[in-house]
Amino acid sequence: MEDFIQHLINGVSLGSIYALIALGYTMVYGILQLINFAHSEVYMLGAFAAYYTAIGLGRALGADLEPGIVFFGIVLIVAMAACGVAGLTIERFAYRPLRQAPKLNTLITAIGVSLFLQYTGQVIFGADPKSFPTVLEDRSLVSSGGIDLRLFDVTILLTGVAFMSGLHYLIHRTKTGKAMRAVSTNRQVASLMGINTDKIISMTFLIGSSLAGVGSVLVGMKYPQIDPLMGLFFGLKAFVAAVLGGIGNLAGAVLGGIIMGLSEEMVVAYLSSTYRDALAFGLLIVILVFRPAGLLGKWQTEKV
Amino acid sequence: MSETILDVKDLNVKYGAIHALKGVSFTVAKGEVVSLIGANGAGKTTTLRAISGMLPYAGSVSFRGESLKGVPAHDLIGRGICHSPEGRGVFPNLTVMENIELGAYTRKDRDGIAADIEHCFRLFPRLEERVKQAAGTLSGGEQQMLAMSRALMGRPRLLMLDEPSLGLAPLIVAQIFEIVKKINSEGTTVLLVEQNARMALKISHRAYVVETGKITLSGTGQDLLNDHRVIESYLGA
Repeated sequence: MEDFIQHLINGVSLGSIYALIALGYTMVYGILQLINFAHSEVYMLGAFAAYYTAIGLGRALGADLEPGIVFFGIVLIVAMAACGVAGLTIERFAYRPLRQAPKLNTLITAIGVSLFLQYTGQVIFGADPKSFPTVLEDRSLVSSGGIDLRLFDVTILLTGVAFMSGLHYLIHRTKTGKAMRAVSTNRQVASLMGINTDKIISMTFLIGSSLAGVGSVLVGMKYPQIDPLMGLFFGLKAFVAAVLGGIGNLAGAVLGGIIMGLSEEMVVAYLSSTYRDALAFGLLIVILVFRPAGLLGKWQTEKV
Repeated sequence: MSETILDVKDLNVKYGAIHALKGVSFTVAKGEVVSLIGANGAGKTTTLRAISGMLPYAGSVSFRGESLKGVPAHDLIGRGICHSPEGRGVFPNLTVMENIELGAYTRKDRDGIAADIEHCFRLFPRLEERVKQAAGTLSGGEQQMLAMSRALMGRPRLLMLDEPSLGLAPLIVAQIFEIVKKINSEGTTVLLVEQNARMALKISHRAYVVETGKITLSGTGQDLLNDHRVIESYLGA
């Protein structure tokens, strides 16, 4: 039983990272009906931005810089900014010129951007894995009866909840959020309301990408090894999470992320880690058989 | 009549090989209700979409003396043109209130916005009862009322309505046209696109008949109501 609770904590913590990244996929899909395959590389870039910032700060400040909440905060902000800029740039130069093109063209472009960034990353950062510096020291917060509540898990969970609540507020309570929902429903009519739809689309990329930045720092912290291909599988699984929650649906992305994290943790704990990645896709298949639009997705008839 | 505010000259639009508008010209003067009537596919909606900057076109469109060519759709509302699109275009997942508020997206005057919302509710009391409902749950007539309210929230000098009667019961259609008349009497110029020629002509100062991308007839609403060609083709004896 203690074991189970421990795995539950770990799973939810991992799941909230998946959720943060799944949100970026789902937001972009909601507004452009585009699966932004480059999102996983944005996440990778975030991890490297965080890595170089942490190393740079460590060199500049030496012993004055201690791992802690301030260090973590700085690295987090830099990663978010780097991801935001990356997302904006990709949208502006790769997707916007194709706004009137068939969706398939944009999709192929997205795959192209993804591959381009993976291999450019290998050239620039080197293909070898790098170990992520300690920005926050992990320690046990509560330890009793076989359950160990650790600082990392609590930090990850709190950070995830904070950003997801912020996003919820933004989407449902602000004018920009209202405009985002309008653009995602009907771009042409939204423009008749005076909404500059290009700006709103940029904003969506900015926000979704910076959430990937948050995810990248949390991953770097918890699984301290990064490499230019790190986005590949992690991003794919976050994407699966978005799909099984119902792509285009924000709550669905969070739910899908948590399910993904939990089931991965449980499989590793009770079956075998060999099946970890198979599980993600097995789960996807099963859910899509019974709910083709995902858990919270609404089945929409194709508009003609 | 008073000054011309909308001047459309030799408007041409092509969808690929299809020449949808072949030189449409017309004017709207301040304070008027002007209708474009005609059959499905004649090019009425295309005309409005071109004016709104949603389609590339040849020819010229000027509003209050300024050319609208190359002006993106989202800048039109700032110039005083609000377009209530074909099929109403309400945002179904947003609440009635959110839809109305989006109509005032470009405005910053809170008091003015609040006053205009009140005004919409006076025009369409049914909307007030449904402010918190998702717009997708409204009936067709209510959605049309919402679309018109949303367009009015931009404080238009020129209100363009695309087929407000589409798919609505006759009683509701009569109500909607009454309100169009009222909106006009309060000082808003209206450009109306309609298949329901009889209703449109009744409330129009002037009207144009659009056939396969061209204007074939024009005149006052009353004249056209009595014109035998209009009667035969659009009013069904």
